Amino acid sequence: MKIHEYQGKELLKKYGVPIPVGKAAMSLAEADDAIRWVQKETGAPVVVVKAQIHAGGRGKGGGVKVAKSYDDAVEKARAIFGMQLVTHQTGPEGKKVQRLFIEQGIDIDKEMYLGLVVDRVTSRVVIMASTEGGMEIEEVAEKHPEKIMRVAVDPAVGFRPYQARQIAFGLGLTGDAFKNALTFLDAMVKAFVDLDCSLAEINPLVITKSGKVMALDAKINFDDNALYRHPELNALRDPDEEDKSEQAAKEYDLSFISLDGTIGCMVNGAGLAMATMDIIQHYGGTPANFLDVGGGATKEKVTAAFKIITRDPKVRGIFVNIFGGIMKCDVIADGVIAAVKEVGLKVPLVVRLEGTNVALGKQMLADSGLNLVAAADMADGAKKIVELSK
Amino acid sequence: MSILVDKNTRLLVQGISGKTGAFHTKGAKEYGTQVVAGVTPGKGGTIFEGTPVFNTVAQAVKETGANATVIYVPPPFAADAILEAIAAELALVVCITEGIPVLDMVNVKRVLGAQSKTRLVGPNCPGVISPGKCKIGIMPGYIHLEGDVGLVSRSGTLTYEGVHQLTQLGIGQSTCVGIGGDPVKGMDFIDVLEMFENDPGTRAVLMMGEIGGSSEEAAAEYVRTKMTKPVAAFIAGQTAPEGKRMGHAGAIISGGKGTAKEKIHALEAAKIKVARTPAEMGAALQSVLK
Repeated sequence: MKIHEYQGKELLKKYGVPIPVGKAAMSLAEADDAIRWVQKETGAPVVVVKAQIHAGGRGKGGGVKVAKSYDDAVEKARAIFGMQLVTHQTGPEGKKVQRLFIEQGIDIDKEMYLGLVVDRVTSRVVIMASTEGGMEIEEVAEKHPEKIMRVAVDPAVGFRPYQARQIAFGLGLTGDAFKNALTFLDAMVKAFVDLDCSLAEINPLVITKSGKVMALDAKINFDDNALYRHPELNALRDPDEEDKSEQAAKEYDLSFISLDGTIGCMVNGAGLAMATMDIIQHYGGTPANFLDVGGGATKEKVTAAFKIITRDPKVRGIFVNIFGGIMKCDVIADGVIAAVKEVGLKVPLVVRLEGTNVALGKQMLADSGLNLVAAADMADGAKKIVELSK
Repeated sequence: MSILVDKNTRLLVQGISGKTGAFHTKGAKEYGTQVVAGVTPGKGGTIFEGTPVFNTVAQAVKETGANATVIYVPPPFAADAILEAIAAELALVVCITEGIPVLDMVNVKRVLGAQSKTRLVGPNCPGVISPGKCKIGIMPGYIHLEGDVGLVSRSGTLTYEGVHQLTQLGIGQSTCVGIGGDPVKGMDFIDVLEMFENDPGTRAVLMMGEIGGSSEEAAAEYVRTKMTKPVAAFIAGQTAPEGKRMGHAGAIISGGKGTAKEKIHALEAAKIKVARTPAEMGAALQSVLK
């Protein structure tokens, strides 16, 4: 689960991570209040107006502007609020800005990078730090791999003071900045583990001219599997940021991702679902979605999945590819028949069934009188649906 | 011959009385697996569908001589179940449970790395089967055929697809191992490949990977430098877009890393025959058997 920068900062603040003075705004009127409030709190006219969307590269896309005065800030807030912000992570259509974050301007001395991830190679929480702040870390990794420090946290003993010193020295910090960095790092690791984060990125981490260490940005992702431990985090969801079909799928515990193509897919198992997308592409088609109905799907789940697929206006054909294990083929057949009866079938449907109860499932489909095409195997099914949806 | 499980495997089921555990225990017994004990805290001393139930893993091992366990307990308790099995020094732990918090697995992995008695397969995996000998997990047993090709995969149903293709071609399997789709897990490709390399009953290996991480690249390096047996492979997710997690917690391309293209390149550089489409996995393996 992803959250906005301002939400991430609020959480980090509770753990003692220093952040600039700032306030979020859901409307232009609120932005106006927020600008006045930040200026009053800091006694300084300079504020930064930041678009809040779940995508990186906001600055380059024109979603982050420094304002020198109240009037300037209001003007910039007007320009950014409601804009269609395009960054390298939003796709060409961009994302509409519906939330702003107004923050104090900071007297920056140095910009650094700090990232925490669960690293699969070491199977540990790894802290990555670099003096090359502000840049995309992938870019740093490519151009200056030697400039990224990596420190792994042993879960048996936790993040140790020597490791914090190693990072702070590595970043070339001295005096107050050095000391402040140690506290900062400790708070970051604590927040990461406590909140079950899957990613926490501070880019840039700034050193101010007075030696303060601050998080100027915060990108926090949570481990979806651990959300049951943190019911309070659910309030941080922003429905505007989530794909409507993906949300509907979530309600039925289906794993669904919208894609750009024209062939709707319904598959059981993530690996087979990806492989199905691949084989459709191989035969010249394009998948409209990734959809894993899971192992223990019921008739209701299958029906819901089918409806989500048919709701997409791009879909010109549907390919159901099931290899029953725990999932029984008759359950799939039952769900497909129920869904078609309910919502109708306006596009070609190809069904490939294999595995548990396959004979029964095939028989049910044949007896249903539905206008569908049966496929002998995966390749046969992919070829047929690509041909039929042309 | 086979790896990990065979006729001598004495299986313990953690979470035997839950819906999933009960269903698949029945399937395992029908396949001929020796299910010797179940563990459900608080239900010790009872018999569940013919299998004696114990309160703790240690007790079950002591009483029944179980040497492997399969875990069907819900995600919030699964990490603890694995740790209990490691503490009881079971040789093999297969964790089927999907949705375990990754930081729980970081802790488990730390404990796993500090001992040498127990191997872990999973979590979030279909299990392990040595056709004709022993089935641990949720795979449909009937698609398998006893034989001498090893199979290792990060996926569940895609594994069945691969097995099915092999069986259709008349190529039997020594052991099929689903290592699971989570980013932090027990055995990885390399660990399983090494066991297949050392197993006299395995003469070739079909490996199914997917986007995300670098396990396939590491496996390719292992095959290139250490393996004498032929290997065929398939990588799922060739058309997956960057930044979208494809169901499995591990299946995501981020920062341009973990793409199918990179993985296929690494595999081919190690002289592994890579199937172009998922429909050709069996044929790819067949082509390296000569």
